[in-house]
Amino acid sequence: MTHDDARVPVSMTVNGRVRSMTVEPRTTLLDALRDELGLTGTKKGCDRGECGACTVHVDGRRVLSCMTLAAMQNGRCITTIEGLERDGDLHAMQAAFIEHDGFQCGFCTSGQITSAIAMIEEAKAGWPSAATADTGRPFTMADLSRAEIRERMSGNLCRCACYPNIVDAVAEAAGRS
Amino acid sequence: MHPFTLSTVDDPAAAIAAHARDPGLAFIAGGTDLIGLMKDHVALPERLLDINRLPNMARIEAVPDGGLRIGALTRMSDVAADMEVRRRFPVIAEALLFSASGQLRNMASMGGNIMQRTRCAYFRDEDDPPCNKRRPGSGCSARHGLNRNHAIFGWSESCVATNPSDVAVALAALDATIVVRGTAGERAIPSTDFHPLPGDAPERDNALGRGDLILSIEVPACAEGRASHYLKIRDRQSYEFALVSAAAAVATDGRSIRSARLALGGVAHKPWRLRAAETALRGASLDDIDTLRAAIARSFTEARPLAQNAFKIDLAQRVALRALQTAGARA
Repeated sequence: MTHDDARVPVSMTVNGRVRSMTVEPRTTLLDALRDELGLTGTKKGCDRGECGACTVHVDGRRVLSCMTLAAMQNGRCITTIEGLERDGDLHAMQAAFIEHDGFQCGFCTSGQITSAIAMIEEAKAGWPSAATADTGRPFTMADLSRAEIRERMSGNLCRCACYPNIVDAVAEAAGRS
Repeated sequence: MHPFTLSTVDDPAAAIAAHARDPGLAFIAGGTDLIGLMKDHVALPERLLDINRLPNMARIEAVPDGGLRIGALTRMSDVAADMEVRRRFPVIAEALLFSASGQLRNMASMGGNIMQRTRCAYFRDEDDPPCNKRRPGSGCSARHGLNRNHAIFGWSESCVATNPSDVAVALAALDATIVVRGTAGERAIPSTDFHPLPGDAPERDNALGRGDLILSIEVPACAEGRASHYLKIRDRQSYEFALVSAAAAVATDGRSIRSARLALGGVAHKPWRLRAAETALRGASLDDIDTLRAAIARSFTEARPLAQNAFKIDLAQRVALRALQTAGARA
């Protein structure tokens, strides 16, 4: 069943470029990125908000693109895995994942990397986590232990169980950035 | 997902009027529960109204009595990161930080959080087994089925589901109120009355009706707020719903309890206040474990386990005790 007459216009900035399109209201941001814009680096794992493979940044915050509608993103700035490199140079987090062999099959990797980059910004902003001993104090980057990284990254599942290497990669990139 | 229309609203009165006149319309904020329910064909709204652009509803403000007003569109992550919340009501920050994942906390609104629907597997099953919450009158598959995760308090033959919200448990312990605007104006609903017991109408999850919009959650100033704690026990360490959780807040004179508030999650269709325990705890010493344990046990005489969840009766008492002790150590 198609509903071309029900398509609605939406305009968002994706990886620095303004992209205008029409979508069915039921199109998730994930499906719009993959099917309308051809940005297939963002992966569809569970499509239920349980695995984190579809993580992208909306206005700088990590979100699950499978659990929000494309038509709700009017005027928002979206960054996907394709938008991280600069002039052919990988983002420090991408380089750290290669250096530390932070993946096996790679399906969760774009979600892991986009999630980790925004997670470090959350930590820099002083946000605590469930692993933080005293949430009443401002959180500092010196507090970003491996236990903190594991807790803050728990929304990104890896069926290959590359977690130790993922934590190594994120820890290194957190120190470097 | 089924086809539906989507529109945006920037005026609360217009949102309320649209919701009141159209039974096929649902508000959408973060969408993290609603979109999942729509994908599983549990929720089938014909029209969605995006309320994210309603003004002044995504902020945390101090109120004159010393409490906090949390706008309904404030995201879980912003509340958990707020220094006033963390210092004055740690139980709220902790309940949020132990919920969901970083990505979901960035998306989910506070108003939506307390409206999230049960995680009972039968309710969300794509094969649509009997479920009175989903299809009233069809029966309850969990009553004599897989009910390890289900209620031990307040359930009925119609429904044994539990409420999945963590922060609702903290709000119940703090006697927060839910400020709602409807077609007849504003009203404040005590958070402990926001979620009903299932009775014979388990399809009803909360006290809201057509045309009702949650504006904010008000947390009153209270002596117990600072010495508060949320303890959540689950099958895995992170990113999981509670088997049993407890919110505890305590005011003391030295080591003696002047006033304690206790609420449990994962045990009922609503956050479950332990009123009898709270009364019995008055005057008890935080160092007298036997007395604390006996006081908490007073609230468990009415517990009724299902076939697979009798373990929750012991577990919940231990979780309540430890939450109380941890809160007490902060007094």
